[in-house]
Amino acid sequence: MEFFKIRKDIPFMRHALVFNVISFLTFAAAVFFLFSRGLHLSVEFTGGTVMEVAYSQPADLEKIRGTVAKLGYQDIQVQNFGTARDVLIRLPAQKGTTSAAQSDKVFAELCVVAGAQMQPRDPTKPEQLVCLDAAKTQVVDLRRTEFVGPQVGQELATDGLKALGMVVVGIMIYLSFRFEWKYAVAGIIANLHDVIIILGFFAFFQWEFSLSVLAAVLAVLGYSVNESVVIFDRIRENFRKFRKLETTEIIDNAITSTISRTIITHGSTQIMVLSMLLFGGPTLYYFALALTIGICFGIYSSVFVAAALAMWLGIKREDLIRTPVKREGDPDDPNAGAAV
Amino acid sequence: MNRYPVWKYAIIVIALLMGAIYTLPNFFGEAPAVQVSSSRATLKIDSTTLVRVEEALKAAAVSANAIGLEGTSVRARFDSGTEQLKAKDAIQKALSPDGTDNGYVVALNLVSRSPAWLSALHASPMYLGLDLRGGVHFLLQVDMQAALTKKTESFAGDIRFSMRDKNVRHAGINRNGQTIDIRFRDSQTLDAAKRLMADQFPDLAVVDAPEGTEYKMTVTIRPEAARLVQEQALKQNIVTLHNRINELGVAEPVIQQQGLDRIVVQLPGIQDVAQAKRLIGRTATLEMRLVDDSAEARAAETGTGPVPFGTERFFERDGRAVIVKRNVILTGESLTDAQPGFDSQTQQPKVDLTVDAKGGRIMRDTSRENLRKRMAVLLFEKDKGEVLTAPVIQGELGNRFQISGSMTVAEANDLALLLRAGSLAAPMEIIEERTIGPSLGAENIAKGFDSVKWGFLIILVFMAAYYMLFGLISGIALAVNLLLLVSVLSMLQATLTLPGMAAMALALGMAIDSNVLINERVREELRQGASPQAAITTGYDRAWATILDSNITTLIAGVALLAFGSGPVRGFAVVHCIGILTSMFSAVFFSRGLVNFWYGRQKKLKSISIGTVWRPDSGGALTKSK
Repeated sequence: MEFFKIRKDIPFMRHALVFNVISFLTFAAAVFFLFSRGLHLSVEFTGGTVMEVAYSQPADLEKIRGTVAKLGYQDIQVQNFGTARDVLIRLPAQKGTTSAAQSDKVFAELCVVAGAQMQPRDPTKPEQLVCLDAAKTQVVDLRRTEFVGPQVGQELATDGLKALGMVVVGIMIYLSFRFEWKYAVAGIIANLHDVIIILGFFAFFQWEFSLSVLAAVLAVLGYSVNESVVIFDRIRENFRKFRKLETTEIIDNAITSTISRTIITHGSTQIMVLSMLLFGGPTLYYFALALTIGICFGIYSSVFVAAALAMWLGIKREDLIRTPVKREGDPDDPNAGAAV
Repeated sequence: MNRYPVWKYAIIVIALLMGAIYTLPNFFGEAPAVQVSSSRATLKIDSTTLVRVEEALKAAAVSANAIGLEGTSVRARFDSGTEQLKAKDAIQKALSPDGTDNGYVVALNLVSRSPAWLSALHASPMYLGLDLRGGVHFLLQVDMQAALTKKTESFAGDIRFSMRDKNVRHAGINRNGQTIDIRFRDSQTLDAAKRLMADQFPDLAVVDAPEGTEYKMTVTIRPEAARLVQEQALKQNIVTLHNRINELGVAEPVIQQQGLDRIVVQLPGIQDVAQAKRLIGRTATLEMRLVDDSAEARAAETGTGPVPFGTERFFERDGRAVIVKRNVILTGESLTDAQPGFDSQTQQPKVDLTVDAKGGRIMRDTSRENLRKRMAVLLFEKDKGEVLTAPVIQGELGNRFQISGSMTVAEANDLALLLRAGSLAAPMEIIEERTIGPSLGAENIAKGFDSVKWGFLIILVFMAAYYMLFGLISGIALAVNLLLLVSVLSMLQATLTLPGMAAMALALGMAIDSNVLINERVREELRQGASPQAAITTGYDRAWATILDSNITTLIAGVALLAFGSGPVRGFAVVHCIGILTSMFSAVFFSRGLVNFWYGRQKKLKSISIGTVWRPDSGGALTKSK
């Protein structure tokens, strides 16, 4: 099998300007939504309590919302996830009461509203209460509670930003060392472009931005720079190999000859991510979603943003081959020594 | 030309073997078990405990699959959860017949089913995080300011006492937050006070200034000393938490310091969060009271008479009754330190106690009046008192005194720890809490496993279809990557969480990148007319530079996550980083080994099976390479 039967180099760079404008517009839109709507941060960042309860029957969300609201909470969220029987409840952090008291109280109330009572299942352990109705079946089950203090949330956010900063600086240094500063700048801008667009998506759709999404975003940062590195690698090689070609032709050739690899690699990674999206359950859902967006824009940005930016920055053959090469080209080059 | 020397194959075989051995325990699953361990330094778990457990099980007619002494605990494995519960009750009854806490912790546990020879190689299954096995996670914040304020208060008392002792006349000592203000009427007294402070309180920093006609001295705890106070407060809280959590009977609790003022507590498999929380937040108090030595009290001690008026009956840890007066001499608040040591004269183990100035004064008066009488140290927890020790007062005591006598070194250590750990050094509050039910944990495992499985299979099929034999080799390399990744994680006993499993899936998706790079490169060489053997060599060599660059950039991101991430992010980052490293081995070194093994010997190799090599100059006609 061969999917990519490309006879001539595709003139990617001829349309670079158009694509750059498109990129810029998407980027601007992402920034706009980030500022106008903001991210829907998870409880890990904002602080508060999350409860996951499972009903034996499909749950009535309005009733649950009413029950919780009656306890004096404002700004609560009640939503289904996974199945109609699983409900996620978010409570803001309250001063004065502990999260345990909060969740115990809410759960006891939900239990009563569901027509059952909190009672010990095992008479020898009176401390372990579960919600049982008259027929001794468990009506509601508290599956998970999570509480994060607001201060911890703050720290997570700053740590996340620090990690982001360190990734950017680390990659810049490495790329300037391996290639040249122009490549480093182009690579990192293409990269941040991806990250901002992912964040823009999360802001626009108000998807929940949790710690695992942050991990996905940072993974994309490392992953999509890969793409740019592979293309830059080819550009460097081409500069050595084809001495007479124009810079744009060199870049076109580099992208064309790596395009099959780009698509196949991303396809494979996407298969994995897709499998997480389908089988991973609610915990991995947004993580996989962030990666999907990251992968799609990663392809786009490495071809049209990174390479084009490198071109605008004016990469030259002389930049990479610092010490004038006296030997006749690459020893592996079959055309070495041939006069054109 | 494409041959590996024997040592390279040897490395591959060894790596595969190690990978297989350390991955193996993950397949055996876990068996329900009952674990008996000790919560006290004085109580050794040894073969006699083992015999007692065996007998208890025999008496209760519960048959265990295996009982063994493993390190400092006895573990018995069972077939089912119901047998495990029965066995737990039987063992608990046998070890402490009257239901009191006597140092044995009997806990339900899950133990790997892997055979003994694997355990002997220290091969154990991956350590699952709480989100995969269910349990409770707490992050506690220690209120260091409160600890410092408490310490300042105790220093203020000490200064007041020393100044009176040395006859330095101050005009008032006030604690103001974490500073102490002392006023003096004249400069002579100020100088005397300064000498005293320098002499007796090296941990305090002193600044003085004239204030009107008077002089004011401002005393603060030196930063080094303050740091020490905070460290000790944190350590003491951890010790206290350990003691309390032992009561819960959790098999493998994690109690760790995080940062400067935080403690992480993880209790796997705990169902009753409310009880765990009550236990953690509990305040224990220490009290010192006089022992009643009257004839009636003696009678009450042996159980032959009623407990006299104004006294109470408590038990020592070994079960002996002690009749103690109700009147409390000192509480744990006055106790500032307790350290084990050796008596300089008798060379016997002892415990040194330090109480604050107020406590010292009370101690001096009490001891003077009650020479040769016994004083009991009681620990109250859950409103239940217990006599830690009841030594005889041998002389007039001050604010430093010692408990010595027929103690072993271990007992002295234990007592010092109990005295210190009786109460929390500083208040704590829960700032983060996660509870994951065990069924959710099992679901999470299944979900994570499914994502890895399906993604892996689809990639395998695609690679084999697209790149033929080279695709198959890439697939095998990917499987080896998974094997190595799992074995390294098992070896390091790094905690595997659901984001970790996601990282595993992602690592596989990204690891295939290296093989795609190589395969495309080899095809390209073939397209340009290179001979098959040359195509393999140059293909691998040229792809290597790219692979290295791209993996290092990814690794930079991974390390940043590891450095700054916490919780789920860290779980992700660990697997991500290890995955990148193992992929470099499997995708490049190992797959080249397979290719060399298959094609390397054939001198006149005409074609290789790498799928279609399409040439633009062949006028669109497909030239199949095989």
